[in-house]
Amino acid sequence: MYGNLWLIPFFPLLGAIINGLFGKKIKNEAVIGGIGTLMIFLSFLVAVQNFFRLIGDTEKVHEIVLASWMTVGNLQVNWELLLDPLSAVMILVVTGVGTLIHLYSIGYMHGETGYYRFFSYLNLFAFSMLMLVLGGNALVMFIGWEGVGLCSYLLIGYYYEKKSASDAAKKAFVVNRIGDFGFLCGLFILFWALAGHGVWTINFVEIAANAHLLEAGGALITIITLAFFLGATGKSAQIPLFTWLPDAMEGPTPVSALIHAATMVTAGIYMIGRMNILFAMAPSTMMTIAIIGAATAFLAASIGFAQNDIKRVLAYSTVSQLGYMFLAMGVGAFSAGIFHLMTHAFFKACLFLGSGSVIHAMHHAYHHAHLHDDPQDMRNMGGLRSKMPITFWTFLLSTIAIAGVPLFSGFFSKDEILWWSFGSTAGHPIFWIIAVCVAGMTAFYMFRLVFMTFFGAQRTDPRAKDHIPESPWTITVPLMVLAFLAVVGGYVGVPKILGGGNHFGNFLAPVFGPAQELHNLNAHGSHALEYTLIALSVCIALFGIYMAWLMYMKNPALPAQFTAKFAGVYRFVFNKWYIDELYDFVFVNPCKRFGTFLWKIFDVRLVDGIVNGCAWVVKGVGAGLRYTQTGYMYNYAVAMVVGVVVIVGFYVFG
Amino acid sequence: MENLVQEAIQNVNLHAVMPSLILSVAGMALLLVAVFSPRGKTAHIAWLSIASLIVAGIVTIMGWNDTQYGFAGSVQLDNFAAFFSMICIIAAGLAILMSDEYLKRENFPVGEYYPLILITTAGAMWMVSGTDLITIFLGLEVLSVSLYILAGFFRDQVRCNEAGLKYFFLGAFSTGFLLYGMALLYGVSGTTKVYDIAAYIQANPDTTTNVMFVAGGLLMLTGFFFKIAAAPFHMWTPDVYQGAPTPITAFMSAGPKAAAFAALIRVTFICLEGMQDHLTTVFWVLAVLTMTVGNLIALNQKDLKRMLAYSSIAHAGYAMVGLVAWNEIGSAGILFYMLVYTFMNMGAFAILILIGRSGEENLTLDGVTGLGYKKPMLGIAFSIFLFALMGLPPTAGFTGKFYIFAGAINSGYIWLAVLGVLNSAVSLYYYLRIMIFMYFKEPQEDYAWVKIYPATAVSIVISVIGVLYLGIVPGSIMQLARMAGF
Repeated sequence: MYGNLWLIPFFPLLGAIINGLFGKKIKNEAVIGGIGTLMIFLSFLVAVQNFFRLIGDTEKVHEIVLASWMTVGNLQVNWELLLDPLSAVMILVVTGVGTLIHLYSIGYMHGETGYYRFFSYLNLFAFSMLMLVLGGNALVMFIGWEGVGLCSYLLIGYYYEKKSASDAAKKAFVVNRIGDFGFLCGLFILFWALAGHGVWTINFVEIAANAHLLEAGGALITIITLAFFLGATGKSAQIPLFTWLPDAMEGPTPVSALIHAATMVTAGIYMIGRMNILFAMAPSTMMTIAIIGAATAFLAASIGFAQNDIKRVLAYSTVSQLGYMFLAMGVGAFSAGIFHLMTHAFFKACLFLGSGSVIHAMHHAYHHAHLHDDPQDMRNMGGLRSKMPITFWTFLLSTIAIAGVPLFSGFFSKDEILWWSFGSTAGHPIFWIIAVCVAGMTAFYMFRLVFMTFFGAQRTDPRAKDHIPESPWTITVPLMVLAFLAVVGGYVGVPKILGGGNHFGNFLAPVFGPAQELHNLNAHGSHALEYTLIALSVCIALFGIYMAWLMYMKNPALPAQFTAKFAGVYRFVFNKWYIDELYDFVFVNPCKRFGTFLWKIFDVRLVDGIVNGCAWVVKGVGAGLRYTQTGYMYNYAVAMVVGVVVIVGFYVFG
Repeated sequence: MENLVQEAIQNVNLHAVMPSLILSVAGMALLLVAVFSPRGKTAHIAWLSIASLIVAGIVTIMGWNDTQYGFAGSVQLDNFAAFFSMICIIAAGLAILMSDEYLKRENFPVGEYYPLILITTAGAMWMVSGTDLITIFLGLEVLSVSLYILAGFFRDQVRCNEAGLKYFFLGAFSTGFLLYGMALLYGVSGTTKVYDIAAYIQANPDTTTNVMFVAGGLLMLTGFFFKIAAAPFHMWTPDVYQGAPTPITAFMSAGPKAAAFAALIRVTFICLEGMQDHLTTVFWVLAVLTMTVGNLIALNQKDLKRMLAYSSIAHAGYAMVGLVAWNEIGSAGILFYMLVYTFMNMGAFAILILIGRSGEENLTLDGVTGLGYKKPMLGIAFSIFLFALMGLPPTAGFTGKFYIFAGAINSGYIWLAVLGVLNSAVSLYYYLRIMIFMYFKEPQEDYAWVKIYPATAVSIVISVIGVLYLGIVPGSIMQLARMAGF
């Protein structure tokens, strides 16, 4: 029934191969971009079809084995896909948002060298991401996991001639490697622990079915889940491994939208959701996740206050929102986390693409005027509202959505997380307080961005300001679709208390319900309390918006006064809490020094000496043996006779 | 005697020899076709040969899991034989695909070439399905005689003549050992049927210490060692492989070698089980010696064809590790490895065909300088085969070696696996050197003479697919190898 599921990852792979191999010869941008977009669109169609099949199906978990992969001892590993409500939601998000971003890229990347390379990588990314979310066992998932990391590296470093871009790519890759190490450790320990109970498997369904063999709350399960969580922090940019994501903005903007906002960075959330049964068994890990999530959300939001690069603000906003999702996972609100993942994909993709549209236009204007100003610096913008109306309106709607204004998608998903962080059995009012603060901060810095970019006086260089165009349709259409989704996307999950049916949560219940029931993860409280909390969070969001309006619209001199007064705090926040410097001091530089020692002393003198010595001896022996090959048949015959005599002699006398 | 003949006739069962029968008949018919074809026109013979190979392959596959006994128990077409038959058929098919344009380039488009390959393959099939020493010997001779001719096929080239002649003389010499050994076994046990020999030993356990029996067994094995090119019976290999027409070299290194492995496994595991203790030591030493000698000498080779010849010796050494394990996993490992080896080695030789000039010039390391840039697709394909030969994932070379060495470790031969892996490390040097010349040196030539012959390209594509498929999803084929293993 779900036999065509394999087509979903297959199409983008095909696109990647076609553009990768023949793109250079095709040359025609429309064809290259068309192939790339068509392939992911076809995946989307198949995904929609399977999604509706699943909705109509009573059986919600389907494993599709494509081929046997390997058999090692008692372990049988297959190429298998897993379709359940969780992966169904993910494939819709990945292919749906992916299609729009591919379409957007056709116009955005116009004229770039290596156009085909871009689309090939983007398709390859889509393939990897789909393997990640559809993988039926941890190894298939890990292939996707590594694949998206690789594509992220390739795409961040797309402008590889630029040193900052290739540095950022390397940083992303190395930091992710640390996370991958955690993932693998978790997998190995889990495998070993289950094998100790006679269960040889890495298949998710079987892991879930046999998780009860491990002691709930025990040290082992805590270590396993913490290791997996380390993997998640790498991929999803959480403390302590979040520093790569802001630098990743060196990549082209569609990449930031697709990989570093909507899909790849949510892989960590997805992974926790996929293994929710294991995580639910480890309360200490859950608490760690919630704390890290809340702390990251706060830290990143505060950094977002002081950034002037439009994409960097969005990058820190992404880190902060991901923290929100981790907080949700940590307090057991799995479906709320996934819900926020989805709505976030809509509005954050829209925001990134909108910022791309702005950058595109600024770049165009500067290019036209032969200026070299920074097209990403918001201090050079302002008043773009009338120049780019579609970009402006879509951007504004998405900003309202992320700020948590009622009736927009972000409101519903954020509100459910807030409620769980307060009332869940794994929650705590402190989590709620931090989260609600972050909501206010988000509203503030996002509206700060909107006001600085689209309102007020135009600060663009006068020579360039008349050449700012609205973007072409391939850019604005995805913006409009995403803005529409950012507005209405939340209505699939309106909670009961607000008169909805919480369809989203019910749909995901087969995945998360068992663990939540078994380990008593639920949110209780009176309706009055819930209404009060909602009202409070709305007030704080509106307050944030008001503050932004006050500081950047009503009285633009205020921010300068503020930074002058609190210069220390400002510098601290502006410099991103000096986290990069701290890491350099504590980890990077000592590692480098140790590396230099290993290289200069240990490697060059000792190891190379031994290795070269071995190679020299081996080659010498080979050269000597060569002389046995005389070319004369009687010598060969003698060798054979000697061989026979030795063998028989050995047998008889040995 | 009268009775035996009667019995044999009553128990013919042509099903048991159907695939080889098809190839023999096709071979003879095509010889006639070749006689009546105009000189220089050989393409139709090549395609008809491929068609007959496909038919034989289908018949073989349809007989899977349906063991057929024929000729009073002297032929047994079981899964083991079917699997090895398929390897020979694939090897022959690839060899034919890469031959036609090559023969034209070398100015020797002669029709009897293809029927000879078919007959060689038929002989190889008798070898792999023979359960009677006579049948095995018959198969071996049919195979060898055809190969002697094929190895020296370009009768106007001195080097080719040398190859054919050396192969013939040394082959005859080794056949002497083989036949002598078989005669001794017959002398002791009074029968030539392998299962009857095994039954005789079961009834008379002290046979295994009988010098005549032991000498017989070892002499017979020597004959097989010659065919699989195990050291120190390998010395003919470089000279013959280098001199023979390249498609024949490719074919020899895969099909007939696999057939010799099959006969060796069957005879050893059934008849010589009583000698297991000592024989595993012999296999152990020979496996290490073979891979080491092959790899070490390959290090200093500049001629690519000769380098691949030594590399094929080394790979026979890896496959022999499966013999040491002496169990189902080991023999399944050999089955799988020979299939993998067929794809990766024949693919590499096909590349050599394309980059060579008429008269086999340009097949040195310098001859591929910068090839990766001038002919990117060729470079990628060659790199894939080289990676496979090195044994790196995700190619089949890795999975093949993995299964072989895992079998050895399972049977407790840790050191053998360690030596095998060390050998693989040594082999990296000369395989990688080819890639260094291809990619890290400035092109000296524009390789204008390199034409991508369509049929040869097909053989390369098939090999690439085989190498990658068996490397990434080895599960199903490995399952079949397990079903076929002894």
